Amino acid sequence: MTDASMPTDTPRHGKSIMVADAHTKKRNASEKRFQAYGLAAIGAGVFFLLVLLGAILSNGLSAFQQTFIEVPVYLDAAKLDKNGNRDPEDLKKVSTFGYNPLIQNAILEQVQAAGIDTPLDKASEMKALISASAAAQLRDRVIANPDLVGETVDFRILAASRVDGYLKGRVQREDLARDKNIDAVHLDIVDQMRERGLLAKAFNWEFVFGADASESRPEQAGIGIAMLGSFFMMLVVLALALPIGVAASIYLEEFAPQNWFTDLIEVNISNLAAVPSIVFGILGLSVFIQFAGLPQSAPLVGGLVLTLMTLPTIIISTRAALKAVPPSIRDAALGIGASKMQSVFHHVLPLAMPGILTGTIIGLAQALGETAPLLLIGMVGYIATNAPDGLVEGFMSPNSAMPAQIYEWAKRADPAYYERAWGGIIILLVFLLSMNIIAIILRRRFERRW
Amino acid sequence: MPAYWLFLIVLAIAAVGFVLGRMRALQSAKGDSRALHSLKGYYGWNVALKVLIPALLVLVVWQLAYPLYTNATVAGLIPEASVNDGSSADLVLAEVRRTANGLEAAVASGQIADTQARDTLADPVAMTDSLRSAGQIVTSELTTPILNAAQHYRAMGETGALIRTVVVLLVAFGGLFWGLSDSYKDFRARNTVEQTVKYLLIAAASIAILTTLGIVLSLIGNTIRFFNLYPASEFFGSLTWQPSFGGGSELGIWPLLWGTLYISFVALLVAVPIGLFAAVYLSEYASPKLRAFAKPALEVLAGIPTIVYGLFALLTIGPLLISVFGPDGAGWMTGTRSVMTAGIAMGIMLIPFVSSLSDDIINAVPQAMRDGSYGLGATKSETVKQVVLPAALPGIVGAVLLAASRAIGETMIVVLGAGAAARLSLNPLEAMTTVTTRIVSQLTGDADFASPEALVAFALGMTLFVLTLGLNVFALYIVRTYREQYD
Repeated sequence: MTDASMPTDTPRHGKSIMVADAHTKKRNASEKRFQAYGLAAIGAGVFFLLVLLGAILSNGLSAFQQTFIEVPVYLDAAKLDKNGNRDPEDLKKVSTFGYNPLIQNAILEQVQAAGIDTPLDKASEMKALISASAAAQLRDRVIANPDLVGETVDFRILAASRVDGYLKGRVQREDLARDKNIDAVHLDIVDQMRERGLLAKAFNWEFVFGADASESRPEQAGIGIAMLGSFFMMLVVLALALPIGVAASIYLEEFAPQNWFTDLIEVNISNLAAVPSIVFGILGLSVFIQFAGLPQSAPLVGGLVLTLMTLPTIIISTRAALKAVPPSIRDAALGIGASKMQSVFHHVLPLAMPGILTGTIIGLAQALGETAPLLLIGMVGYIATNAPDGLVEGFMSPNSAMPAQIYEWAKRADPAYYERAWGGIIILLVFLLSMNIIAIILRRRFERRW
Repeated sequence: MPAYWLFLIVLAIAAVGFVLGRMRALQSAKGDSRALHSLKGYYGWNVALKVLIPALLVLVVWQLAYPLYTNATVAGLIPEASVNDGSSADLVLAEVRRTANGLEAAVASGQIADTQARDTLADPVAMTDSLRSAGQIVTSELTTPILNAAQHYRAMGETGALIRTVVVLLVAFGGLFWGLSDSYKDFRARNTVEQTVKYLLIAAASIAILTTLGIVLSLIGNTIRFFNLYPASEFFGSLTWQPSFGGGSELGIWPLLWGTLYISFVALLVAVPIGLFAAVYLSEYASPKLRAFAKPALEVLAGIPTIVYGLFALLTIGPLLISVFGPDGAGWMTGTRSVMTAGIAMGIMLIPFVSSLSDDIINAVPQAMRDGSYGLGATKSETVKQVVLPAALPGIVGAVLLAASRAIGETMIVVLGAGAAARLSLNPLEAMTTVTTRIVSQLTGDADFASPEALVAFALGMTLFVLTLGLNVFALYIVRTYREQYD
């Protein structure tokens, strides 16, 4: 026994540790709060993603549907072929103005034949219903097949943008007062035509494969030619960025000595990765266009600029892939008498290939979505109406690119173009998504763990 | 002969050289490949590389240098008198080039006879008409000096192409014979080829340096030209931005910088709290299942192109803000484009940037530090707040600075969402403009590149480049200096 004994007179804590006191409660509450903040932050991020995707889909899907009018058009020989010899050269002399009355007549006849109740009785008053491009399309068809003249052909005509907007709910009757392109009488005809099945929405291949159209006819605009522009740019990027990036990474990973030159290269690569994309546009404008004299708006120049932009991405991922190959592989190759170069090109590089390809595809996806540098080298605002004739044309003749086309549409005043812009984004995202999925599959299938 | 044909021909010569070199080496060893110093393929490669590298180098240098030479010569031909007031020698030169290209195309399509196109005494008015009827673009009536300069330009282009073909082919064949004369069994072909390949690898790695050099030179050169036309003190001192292509512009950078920084600030205000809390939750609390779903979902946001965010800002966020703050709501906002519109969209874009960088940094804090904290009785959130975050702070600050540099350099979102009005205002619901949007608008017009209104874009680009580079270097410096080293 010690002398010191438990002080018996001091009051014991009346509280059990099983019962939380105020301080503990406060701490636990703050713990809960903190967790809730974290969950809320993740929730906010996912929410933004869903809103973004929702906005894209809800606004863009309608761009893939377009309103068409099926109508039999009588191709009046007296108007189209005055000489009567069906010579394509003679037919070419009749401009689209010659075809407009034929189409308008055909629509009027159909409207009257279907018993649609309308005060309009002049053919020219049907103009508001049809796209301005209809005449050109009909003309192209006649020139391609002159024997059609004098006959009545079934023709699928693009409806005017306002009619299309009315069917999709974009054009409301309340807004008609401010709209000089269409009025209520026309919309009455549209309603009745729709009831009788003369006018309907159908999938719009022209949007996916067609060319951009002038500001006044959004119903005709498509993203196809811009897609080709993007495709040619990606060819340039792939042909230049992959070999240069791989070569640079091989040098830096396998051969470079520790000296100031290597350090300089490394610093430059990490800096280039952080340079804003628009600065690459300035570089492209002043070096490739002003100095080297390459043509403006050409996919070749766009591809060169994007190559310089994606190089750091490709170099960084290639170096990681090369690093992941264990040194024993190199040692084994050297041990059986391969030179350093042979060990790299015959053994290390093939083993690193899946990683390199994954990085390249991700770099390409990045380049495909990039817009800002393309604005400066003039790939915006130019309407390429025809697909390039050949490979050289494809690289050198002015074109647009998918993201630049979307930007162009977003700038235009007509809301019908907003729908196109969202639709274009869907196509762009489908491309990006499939590229990323390919990259993931490549990584899953071929990735090797050592 | 067009350059790409020449390129293909050089490739063909190289392919032939490859086969010949291999054959010759094998012959010198009397068909016994064991007597060769290297594997026989190396002899082929030796010849192919000796054809390709010098010939293609000459071709590229010619393509770059010859247009400069022609321009200089033709510019010397144009008399001072034919440069009108309000025009410049550059514009006249562009006109000459256009005319020459028009002549070329018209001759190629057979609409103008070649002799007629070459006739230096031709009537310029008649030539203008025939060019127009051939579907070529002629901006104004041609004059005799311009027409003659164009004809000279065209002739120089033709002789240039001829000389180029001859020189490149000579170099290619020279390389072929050099390589072939080397192809003997004792020639150390592998060593030579490997040495060459190594130089090629070094050249590829040097492209990064060349790119930076190209950026810096093109920015500096044009910025100096701008400051020769427009005083630097005005550029850095004036508080108004009012470019007018007629002259008398006021090009002060401050309104643009203010807009840029304000929008970036709003973006960081959105991105940093969400990104940081998401990173903390993902690395400290989330179950593996939630992490496997939420982390990729956030990273999808980073893979979406900026044009999509731009459209989202313009067509979704803008109208939403208008319906709350606009004339029908609080009445504070007039147009869909504003600092908030662009800032919120940019913030969403930056969330994954902040969250994934911070996530990596938080994960790098050793578990032992957390365990020590738990051992002292701290709750999880107290551990995060008092141990993990302070340890990760330098990295997080670095991540935020990198996000800021991204925000400052971002273009598409602000081009679509921020508006075009340059103002120094505190109201986040007003439209403001940024450095990047002004670069785009000053360089996409039809302005000639000699005016200060167009050249200012390069000075703005320089500012942007210095600003983002400075932020990145600063971020790296903070991370390096204040990083805690754990073993």
